[in-house]
Amino acid sequence: MSRDRQYRPRPGLVLDVDRSTPPVLMHHGEQLRLQKLPADRSRIIYPPEPLEPIEDPARAVREALASPVGSDPLSARLFAGMKLTIAFDDVSLPLPPMRRPDVRQLVIESVLDLAADAGVDDVHLIAALALHRRMTDAELRHVVGDRVYEAFAPRGTLYNHDAEDPEAMVVLGTTDHGEEVQISKRAAESDLVVYVNLNLVAMDGGWKSTATGLSGYRALRHHHNPATMTRSRSFMDRHNSELHHSNWRQGEVLRSAGVEVFQIETTVNNDLYGDGPMSVLAKREWEWNVRDRASFMASRAALDRLPAAGRRKVLHGWRAPYGLTSVQAGEVEAVHELTTAQVHRQQLVPVEGQTDVLLFGLPYISPYNVDSIMNPILVHCLGLGYFFNLYRGRPLVREGGVVIMSHPTTPEFNPVHHPSYIDFFEEVLPETTDPTVMAERFEKRYAEDEWYRHLYRTGNAYHGVHPFYMWYWGAHALEHLGGVVVLGGDPATVRRLGYRPASTMDDALEIASDIVGPRPTITYFKNPPLMMADVT
Amino acid sequence: MIADALSAKRIFITGATGFVGTALTERILRCVPESTVVLLVRDGRRRDARSRVEREVLRNDAFDRLRDELGKDGFADMAQRRVEVVAGDVGTDRLGLDAAGLQALSTCDVVIHSAATVAFDAPLDRAVEVNLLGPVRIARTIDEAFGTHGRPVPHLVTVSTCYVAGNRRGAAPEEPVRSNPFFVDIDWQAEVAAARRTRADTDAASRHPDRLAEFAKTARSVLGPAGGPALSERTEQLRRDWVADSLVSAGRSRAASLGWPDAYALTKALGEVALGETLDGIRAEGRRTPTLSVVRPSIIESALAEPSPGWIRGFRMAEPIILSYARGLLKEFPGVPEGIVDVIPVDLVVSAILAAAANPSSSEAPDIVQVASGGINPLQYQVLVDNVRDWFLEHPLHDDHGQPIVVPDWTFPGRGRVERQLRVATGGLERVERIVGNLPLRGRAARWGAQLELRRAAAQRALSYVELYGAYTECEAVYGVDRLLELADLEARGADGVEGSPGPMQLDPRAIEWDDYIPRIHLPSVVKHGRAATTGAKRDPERRANRLRGQVLSEQRHLAAFDLENTLIASNVVSTYAWLAGRRLGTADRARLVARLLAEAPGLLAADRSDRSDFLRSFYRRYEGAPVEQIRADAADAMSDLLLSRSFPDALRRVREHRRLGHRTVLITGALDLVVEPLAPLFDDIVCAEATTEVRNGVEVLTGHLSGAPPTAEARAAVLRELCERHGLDPAESVAYADSSSDLSLLEAVGFPVAVNPEPRLATIARTRGWLIEEFDTARGHRPPLLPLAPRWGRPRQRRRPLDRTAP
Repeated sequence: MSRDRQYRPRPGLVLDVDRSTPPVLMHHGEQLRLQKLPADRSRIIYPPEPLEPIEDPARAVREALASPVGSDPLSARLFAGMKLTIAFDDVSLPLPPMRRPDVRQLVIESVLDLAADAGVDDVHLIAALALHRRMTDAELRHVVGDRVYEAFAPRGTLYNHDAEDPEAMVVLGTTDHGEEVQISKRAAESDLVVYVNLNLVAMDGGWKSTATGLSGYRALRHHHNPATMTRSRSFMDRHNSELHHSNWRQGEVLRSAGVEVFQIETTVNNDLYGDGPMSVLAKREWEWNVRDRASFMASRAALDRLPAAGRRKVLHGWRAPYGLTSVQAGEVEAVHELTTAQVHRQQLVPVEGQTDVLLFGLPYISPYNVDSIMNPILVHCLGLGYFFNLYRGRPLVREGGVVIMSHPTTPEFNPVHHPSYIDFFEEVLPETTDPTVMAERFEKRYAEDEWYRHLYRTGNAYHGVHPFYMWYWGAHALEHLGGVVVLGGDPATVRRLGYRPASTMDDALEIASDIVGPRPTITYFKNPPLMMADVT
Repeated sequence: MIADALSAKRIFITGATGFVGTALTERILRCVPESTVVLLVRDGRRRDARSRVEREVLRNDAFDRLRDELGKDGFADMAQRRVEVVAGDVGTDRLGLDAAGLQALSTCDVVIHSAATVAFDAPLDRAVEVNLLGPVRIARTIDEAFGTHGRPVPHLVTVSTCYVAGNRRGAAPEEPVRSNPFFVDIDWQAEVAAARRTRADTDAASRHPDRLAEFAKTARSVLGPAGGPALSERTEQLRRDWVADSLVSAGRSRAASLGWPDAYALTKALGEVALGETLDGIRAEGRRTPTLSVVRPSIIESALAEPSPGWIRGFRMAEPIILSYARGLLKEFPGVPEGIVDVIPVDLVVSAILAAAANPSSSEAPDIVQVASGGINPLQYQVLVDNVRDWFLEHPLHDDHGQPIVVPDWTFPGRGRVERQLRVATGGLERVERIVGNLPLRGRAARWGAQLELRRAAAQRALSYVELYGAYTECEAVYGVDRLLELADLEARGADGVEGSPGPMQLDPRAIEWDDYIPRIHLPSVVKHGRAATTGAKRDPERRANRLRGQVLSEQRHLAAFDLENTLIASNVVSTYAWLAGRRLGTADRARLVARLLAEAPGLLAADRSDRSDFLRSFYRRYEGAPVEQIRADAADAMSDLLLSRSFPDALRRVREHRRLGHRTVLITGALDLVVEPLAPLFDDIVCAEATTEVRNGVEVLTGHLSGAPPTAEARAAVLRELCERHGLDPAESVAYADSSSDLSLLEAVGFPVAVNPEPRLATIARTRGWLIEEFDTARGHRPPLLPLAPRWGRPRQRRRPLDRTAP
């Protein structure tokens, strides 16, 4: 890396916009925009710069496995004749996907080395994807690496979790809140489950890994629902997240049922673009040099001119050069506390006070459209689910405030990955955009639909209920906000989502003023790279 | 006075369901007290004569006035008392009357024969049977009914046409056809025989093997590979149409050769001659004959005042032309600006008929009354055109988009030029349409093809109007109306000889004020009857589609059958094969496979079009030797990569909606069973091509043969019927979705057919039959690769990544 190592990476920044502030870069789906913000009442939150990566990731992993927290070293928990299950995060992490080798590959290879040393030969590798789509062979190969893939996949011991296989799932009990706990039978019957995490945001990891990742609809419905989501403030802040409380309760049941989990959590820095031509996207605008400007203009023009499919191919082909920043291993909860601190170290930006209008430029990717299309429901989920919830303390926008998100929001869908989304868009959204109402009226039908189940199990489709979860993800924001405006969005689609379309920033602010009053304060949450606002 | 003279009489009327007949019946019932009408009406296919009269005559809005006067019950009473119906047909001997019918006729005082085939383009033999022989049969039947008893022979009034005078310039007085100096003396009996022979000859010619082959070829080009029964049906239909068309042109050329504008005028003229000769013959045999009046109207149009201004029945000659003009379809129409269009309102014709009936001639010579305006109150073509143009400029019709249509300026070109222009246009459009019809178009493109067809049909219609009616706008005969004026005078003066208002019995053409009649009375009526869009309200085709959709998705339906290719997915057996065959090949082999298939594509397409069953059988040979397990595993992957990614999400949702409504869902496809297996959860039954297998070297492989006939064309209808029978379901309550005319038998077998992304031929059929048409599209934004190739199998090629920081 050519970045000058004498300097420590700079922390995040809250910039007050004045007349001299240059137009600011904004993602607009698969396109890029430069946007001038009103002076004297706008501020821009910039993410911290990428942390220095660990010099020797493989060694760091070995060390973490050798000296875990709250647990004996992994080697001590492995023995010949045991049933070992290695579960790992699926294709939804990290975003965009990581250049080879993926952190999970490093971890899994180390675990397998230890297992081999201990003479363990009953090892299963499971992509813990819960109700996500099955990963393709190429994706599995990318995550675990060629060596592991070729040793396990042909023997059928490297596979995708199947939450709808009645033979392969087991219910282990119920929490004191009446939540059922369901898990992969293989995991339940294993002597040890090693869970390999990649904690991209603070929501990831902890008991959510096993209690959600290896579970199914029967258990997930207890926390993936509007009531839980509105009480998770935010779901990125584990101690104030009802979603996590519920997962933790289920984890407790897992533990008392005798499921032994050895948790390995890893964090990466937010180096999405490296030093290549894309590096301009991570730079602060006033620091752009001539080359940056030229490469920005060129990328913007190229993206605007490419057909949608071509744009998608280019963008989804990008692999980020993340650097590993920490590895924690051992007991689930202890590990997770350390990991969350590491995530915060990279992502947390202190922000004072809330704003009237919160502005997002939504990028081309979300956890659920890797190598796919960001459909309108995912736009909702990314904006009001993920970005809105990237706060600690209190939301960036005041209650009754407005979110403006910039995204084309075209009614485009991937029929292979998101078949139930298409029907959700055509059947459910015209009827209601209220999470509670749709949960009552439609969720069960979609969740138990035979065709969706078939596509989830045999194809590469998200589970039938998944679009509902995506909608619930925004439940807290929907309750909190006074209105949502989609800047540059397809008007009919935006209206179907229950939002208001605007073609220019001025129009969007005008619409927002109708809701929050004249001359509102504006905060632009310049994400990605990912960050989290610590709002006081 | 007419009413007095006819009161309490029994009046026998033929042609009561026609335009003049309805007005005549109404006038008699309303204005001639205590009279009785005896209506000769054919038994319909579904209704007997009496109920036809109820529905087709008495319910017509002509009777609204009388109904209002008498009240609903009073009207019914009156009809019961004064309207008698006898079943019969002027096209058969003795008018097809039974004894009771003859009895009813024998008590009548007046017989009015107004039945005619007024279509100008009737087949020759049909025109001869009705127009020529009709009056002869009337005369003979009257002779039979009255010959034996002593009652006075009735007065016979026949309705003919001014155009019996033929194509001539100058005066055409009210004289018998034979007295016409331009009449070519021909033997009407020979014409009858010739017409009947022409029918027999034409029919024989239509059955010649070459011609039958031609019909079959045309049927195939219209329907595509629709299967044997559908093709035979269409072939036979084409043969019958060909016979009818040939007889139409035979009629037209025969008429032209003798100096008449068309077969209608010719047969009417010969009818008058034949009637005269028949009566002479009866007289020569010493029997009594009726006194005869012949009423010859010119072009009859909507009513001036009676029963209501503008009343009209059916579509007459001028209306389609006027509407085509107003819709902008007819840009030119031949004619001479100063020429005279001889138009006469129907109520004047009715009055003239009744006046003739009330004033029988005292001699044996027929009393001839011409009802025409040209001689005394001429309407110049220019005036008519100006009036029409002005009116439509003020009251424009609107197109489908709700936009007003601006009517074109008429330049009065010669007939030859207009016909030539239209022929060129029609021919050109036909050629383009044929080409488009052969292109593998779908959905929107096919709809564009259907538009082309609409345009062609419009041009063709315009051409037929010009061919049919052009002669009339160029006819420069002036019809004498001396006798008519005499009758008008009589009626106006009344019994007491004092001149008064003619009342409802107006029969003087001078009463028409053209500048008032055309814009105020006639055109509004034409527009109303033409159901033309007169407001800018956009017609919403979605409303109709939604209604049909509601019927399709009703709980009452039993079963929903789906085709696969282009109905549920945008793919075909060749793509599937390419995907499966290329799945485990290296790059070079894949390229070869693709190149080979592309080279074969035109041949495959042609084979598919000529016989789908044969095509499938021969194509599936390519699977010979393929290991079953491998194909099955790959087919599961093909489900995502090939089927689902090219699927129409709306179509899949529709299948599921049917399931949810409790309908039995069926997939009927020529695709291979192994390939469609992953679709099983959508359907209760899958009927497809079943591959046979054998064990070679210990491995189960496909033989490349099918275990039975693949369900294609008419076999699909059979499959559907069999399924319905097996499960106790009703095909009439079932739905079928398909995209191509080769599925016609399937679509026709159910009560609720749906054309999905129809190819042009099916689009045409679906539109004319009013079927629901669905445009299902692949998911927006998702572009499956152009070539149906599987993702690379096995280990991906390693690319060197300079930024990889660590090696495993």
